[in-house]
Amino acid sequence: MRKRLFLIGGLLVALLLAGVVSSFASGSPDGLDHAAREGCTFDADDNITGGTCMAQQEGEHQLGDSPLADYGIKGIDNEYVSTGLSGVLGVLVTFAVGGGLFWVLRRRDKV
Amino acid sequence: MDTQAMHIANGIINGPVSAIFVVVAVAGLAVCVRKAKTDLDDRLAPMAGLVAAFIFAVQMLNFQVLPGVSGHLLGGTLAVILVGPWVGALCVSTVLIVQCLLFADGGLTAIGLNITNMALIGTAAAYVLVAALLRILPKNPGGLGATAFIASIIGVVVAAMGFVLQYALGGTTELSLTGIAATMAGVHVLIGVGEGLIAATTVVTVARVRPDLVYALRHFRKLPATTTAKVTA
Repeated sequence: MRKRLFLIGGLLVALLLAGVVSSFASGSPDGLDHAAREGCTFDADDNITGGTCMAQQEGEHQLGDSPLADYGIKGIDNEYVSTGLSGVLGVLVTFAVGGGLFWVLRRRDKV
Repeated sequence: MDTQAMHIANGIINGPVSAIFVVVAVAGLAVCVRKAKTDLDDRLAPMAGLVAAFIFAVQMLNFQVLPGVSGHLLGGTLAVILVGPWVGALCVSTVLIVQCLLFADGGLTAIGLNITNMALIGTAAAYVLVAALLRILPKNPGGLGATAFIASIIGVVVAAMGFVLQYALGGTTELSLTGIAATMAGVHVLIGVGEGLIAATTVVTVARVRPDLVYALRHFRKLPATTTAKVTA
């Protein structure tokens, strides 16, 4: 029972972070992205205006049209709702996929 | 504000090198699956699912490290301390695969590169450091927190160097490698400090609430647990 309480508590924390706190995360390029943009100049709309950098070679994502692409839900205009719901879905899917995989892989010998 | 891609995108590293790292990633994960089976029992399996879900959530929380530059947790150290190196690498990989397939974050062609850096290299570095540090530091919440903090900083920088290696092998632009290495290392020391604070807070909290669920407290002992257990057998 205590075990179940810990799991539920942990999941609630993860859902809160992905569902609510995520909307207040920094929108700046991350460390890798920053390195990829180094050497180029950008206009106000973030389009490359000159120079040489890794980001110029960046290709489109094969699944860029997926309904959850870029941590939003297609069709929901409110950014907070869109980001938050996509985060909640991500946490649940990751828990289901990860938990399911580990449950299948686990040792069956009863100790 | 738009949450943007956080991992290596398509096109930054050429096709052949990306393909080689798909093979590296698959081979590494196969070893992890084999080794993870010994660690995974009825208690660890759900915990590992929770760790994966938690890492997914925290990876969404980009924090500012410099003006105009952010970073996010990679999760290797956190996973090693809570569920061990083999299961931990699988946790981070699960997150990366979900992000790539569902959220279009991290190129599909680049999935091998991303898994190798963050799930394999980052976790391996964290494992070596955690195992070494817990020989010196006390095995209590404080020692565990300090371990998480130090291992995170170094683990993140080592993972970032994985990218530099891949760029050296198959980068698609003509840029100075030392320049890229310096930028990546500098930014990732700062990101590592952020990751260290998050990882330390998390493991200290778990160690206080349910110390029996912390892999590092059960397994990284000075003497292997099996030598004492055999006496009664």
